[in-house]
Amino acid sequence: MSVTEMFSYIQGFLTADQDIREDIRKVVQMLEQTAREILTILQSVHQPSGFKDIPSKCLRARELFCTVQTHIGELKTKFPVEQYYRFHEHWRFVLQRLTFLAAFVVYLESESLVTREEVAKILGIEVDRDKGFHLDLEDYLAGILILASELSRLAVNSVTAGDYGRPLRISNFINELDSGFRLLNLKNDPLRKRYDGLKYDVKKIEEVVYDLSIRGLAKEQEAGGDK
Amino acid sequence: CIWCGTAYSVFQQELDTKHDKYERLVKLSRDITIESKRTIFLLHRVTSVPNVEEILNEANIRLDAVRQKIGHVAEELGEDDLYQFHKAFMPGIQEYVEAVSFNHFIKHRTLISLEEINACLVFMRDEKTETKVCGRGLWPGACVLTFQVTPTDYLLGVADLTGELMRMCISSVGNGDVDTPFELSNFLRQIHDGFSYIGNVGPYEVSKKLHTLRQSLGKVEDACYTLRVRGSEIPKHMLADVFSNRAAVLEEDDGAV
Repeated sequence: MSVTEMFSYIQGFLTADQDIREDIRKVVQMLEQTAREILTILQSVHQPSGFKDIPSKCLRARELFCTVQTHIGELKTKFPVEQYYRFHEHWRFVLQRLTFLAAFVVYLESESLVTREEVAKILGIEVDRDKGFHLDLEDYLAGILILASELSRLAVNSVTAGDYGRPLRISNFINELDSGFRLLNLKNDPLRKRYDGLKYDVKKIEEVVYDLSIRGLAKEQEAGGDK
Repeated sequence: CIWCGTAYSVFQQELDTKHDKYERLVKLSRDITIESKRTIFLLHRVTSVPNVEEILNEANIRLDAVRQKIGHVAEELGEDDLYQFHKAFMPGIQEYVEAVSFNHFIKHRTLISLEEINACLVFMRDEKTETKVCGRGLWPGACVLTFQVTPTDYLLGVADLTGELMRMCISSVGNGDVDTPFELSNFLRQIHDGFSYIGNVGPYEVSKKLHTLRQSLGKVEDACYTLRVRGSEIPKHMLADVFSNRAAVLEEDDGAV
């Protein structure tokens, strides 16, 4: 094979590779768009009026996750499934966002931590790499960490809206999350960097809880709930 | 508890397994790099030693050892996605491509093709590992492992090769060999044209290497030019002196780059 032939073979490979990336980028753009829409819906829980109809917002978000499933279904057709990690960078960010959104919806509905399997189900993907397009563990964990900072914000805003019970529950939730993450051996990678931010979320919520306790507001809420 | 016990230990295990594997691959990659670099140094001696065969034989032995290591990489990867751990072993593989293509050029004066490289990277499992992996339910006996160099790694390896060729050109002139430089400049020009053809379609690193490639080509073309001009004036036995001075200058600014 001559030098010229060799280079034109490689050029062919590179062009094909670029075409695939272009296709992937297009679908990922649509996914990002839908993710923003879901976020907009869920953001309204931070407003005082938003606390009233959380279930209906979750319902609307869940509907939009159907669109997500369609887009991801399309994404799957754009590249050979065994080359997931070759193009991983393209959807890594949006998949983390979507994991966060799914986790947020599940938290608002049931105040529990979404499992990896549940996220995969909501997004219409797999947990196991062997079974096809899957949710990478690190992406799942990164999504959960985004949830933590969103919840610390929610704690502040729920106090503003007069809901004094919620911060305490969020505080418990995030503390457990923190102790869970503390047991993982994280390498010096982006996930680790994100995890380092978790302690500030914990701190912020603890401050909120402190403010409520010294004013007796937390107790008042409990007593009010009992009546 | 929100991290319902089992799920959590699964995460820990999955992350640890992945990190451990990554580290093992980085280590293998380093060994491959070192051994390939040594082979390249060895091959540089062909211009100054009468017994070329001996060097080529030794180079073959060394390259076989490197291939063994790549076999370990392939084994480590097993059923996994090549690209998940690509960053871990990429430097080693590129250095191997550089060494093996340099070796090929010295023997055949042509560019080794990607298929030729990949054809050498087929490994038979030995008994021990066979039971380990075939136990997973693969066909026993059919345990042939292959490692595929990606076109991008090949391309970057070849780009590094040009630096070695430039060195070889200068040192061969120093030894009074007046044919090799012309051969090399032709070959380098072909590779340069190839890279220009790919241009910026390729990954970012390729365009970076193209710059260095231009410099190498310039040096070789200058050498050929001098050889042509001065060659008609200076008696052959004095050429060596002209170029050994030149080579010293070139090596210096090569070091500075």
